[in-house]
Amino acid sequence: MNAPFETSKLHDCRDAFVATLERLGTANEDIVAVCNDSVGSSKLAGFRDKFPERLINVGIAEQNMVGVGAGLANGGKIPFVCAASPFLTGRALEQIKADVAYSETNVKLVGISSGLAYGELGATHHSIEDFAWIRALPNVPVIAPADRVETAAVIEWAANFEGGCFLRLSRVGVPDLFLEDHNFDLGRANVLRQGSDLTLIANGTLTHRAMSAAEILDAKGVSARVLNMATVRPIDTTAITTAAKETGAILTCEEHTLFGGLGSAVAEVVVDACPVPMKRLGVPGVFAPTGSANFLLDEFGMSPDAIADSATALLKRKG
Amino acid sequence: MDSRDLRIIANRVRQRDLQAVFEAGAGHIGGELSVTDLLTALYFKIMSVDPAAPLDPDRDRLVLSKGHTALALYVVLAERGFIPKDEISTFLKPHSRLNGHPNRTKVPGVETNTGPLGHGLPIGVGMAKAAKLNNASWRTFVITGDGEMQEGSNWEAIMSAAQFKLDNLTLIIDHNRLQQGARLADTNDIAPLRPKLEAFGWDVEEIDGHDMDEICSALADDRVGLGKPKCIVAHTNKGHGVSFMSDNVAWHHKVPNEEQYKQAMIELEEAAL
Repeated sequence: MNAPFETSKLHDCRDAFVATLERLGTANEDIVAVCNDSVGSSKLAGFRDKFPERLINVGIAEQNMVGVGAGLANGGKIPFVCAASPFLTGRALEQIKADVAYSETNVKLVGISSGLAYGELGATHHSIEDFAWIRALPNVPVIAPADRVETAAVIEWAANFEGGCFLRLSRVGVPDLFLEDHNFDLGRANVLRQGSDLTLIANGTLTHRAMSAAEILDAKGVSARVLNMATVRPIDTTAITTAAKETGAILTCEEHTLFGGLGSAVAEVVVDACPVPMKRLGVPGVFAPTGSANFLLDEFGMSPDAIADSATALLKRKG
Repeated sequence: MDSRDLRIIANRVRQRDLQAVFEAGAGHIGGELSVTDLLTALYFKIMSVDPAAPLDPDRDRLVLSKGHTALALYVVLAERGFIPKDEISTFLKPHSRLNGHPNRTKVPGVETNTGPLGHGLPIGVGMAKAAKLNNASWRTFVITGDGEMQEGSNWEAIMSAAQFKLDNLTLIIDHNRLQQGARLADTNDIAPLRPKLEAFGWDVEEIDGHDMDEICSALADDRVGLGKPKCIVAHTNKGHGVSFMSDNVAWHHKVPNEEQYKQAMIELEEAAL
């Protein structure tokens, strides 16, 4: 169920992540957390205080961190391997490939502060390639929840899912989009707003911006559907082809490079199954300049107004 | 099983390995012959494993981090009953589950998919940590090559194993002094290994990695309670058991021609008597 759309109250999804992990950890002692000195940035202090033996901090050593996660899984544990997403996915990519994806181990990779969350810290700390990198690997679902409710639902799903996965979280505040009873279905997009003229597809921190853009469009007499597509792999082929057939145009928005992320994944389906005019918004293949995440998203044409403008331009390409 | 029996099995493993490399026209014969005695001792004397229950939660774990010597592991697993012996003849053939590096999802007895070097020890640390969390008594063994110790990820794992006091973890370094293209000493000479591991807080024992008595003695000790992980530096020879391959860098992954194959087999058969 969707919550009333209200953008005045923003929440850090990490809080929902750790609250859920602590709750699940109380019920299941096999749940452990592994981190790379990131107890603070991953907000794991509460988990550590509750379960000191089950917080496994390997120090600043991401390759070892992912390998240790795979070994813990081999020993029957359910490890949530938490680190800033650029270092988890970039430094340890071969471990993710060989030890998690190829070996099919039950490792939950949690990329914290993904996308442009570390905006001012510069491009070394941005993680705008992680969809592309992990999406290229078999066996590892790639998921970017859009609010605190979906984050909690995704963590609960991951704990029960038998296999590895990559959960892409942010620290950038987002409003509520879902009501508390929301369940996460892997590979199933959610229609947050019905519409018939075009479809906006987004996930993570972009979903609420797409919702705001849809309101702007509505005031101009344009009926925009909004799909929250948390799962980037396996992608929701049905929702995409339905949107293409019913609305005739698709606009994607993502906190990620335009090379290989959500927009690319949607375009792959559109090209194969139901070609319609498309526009992809994201980071246009550059290292981002200095600025906060929200500043940079605006800078790269993803303010609600700019998204609405791109949608209006896209509509002109409809036949 | 005494050391004589283990030597007989290891000789049989070497012959089958050599035959498979010759027939497949590929393999890593040098490193396979150097690690064979270690694998034989582990699977036939040291480790508690059951071919009928390869995923028994309480089994001992072996990670062959030098995954390019998978064939030696396959032959040992076949001898131990995890896979049919006649399946070795499929090594490297299209759609065979016995490819050049081991795959846990296809081959019972394999714990993790190795191949890229420097992956096995971090996984071994996680395994040993899981056993500690479960208060379980199973042990974890990891075999790396000596050249492989040039990978930085190993030293990340070495630090954490000491920090976590993993006395249920044993690292065996197959120290044959040769890497793919040259001698270790001429490439990135990390020998001597012992003082480096000791500096990181490990107990270290150096053995002749082809002497079954020394191998079994070094692997057998119950270390739980000592609070330190153990490293066995196994001094071995690449190509051990075949005179013209032994300690010869050319035989990292060279395939013998028919004449060389016959000569090598004669030497191994004579050693079996």
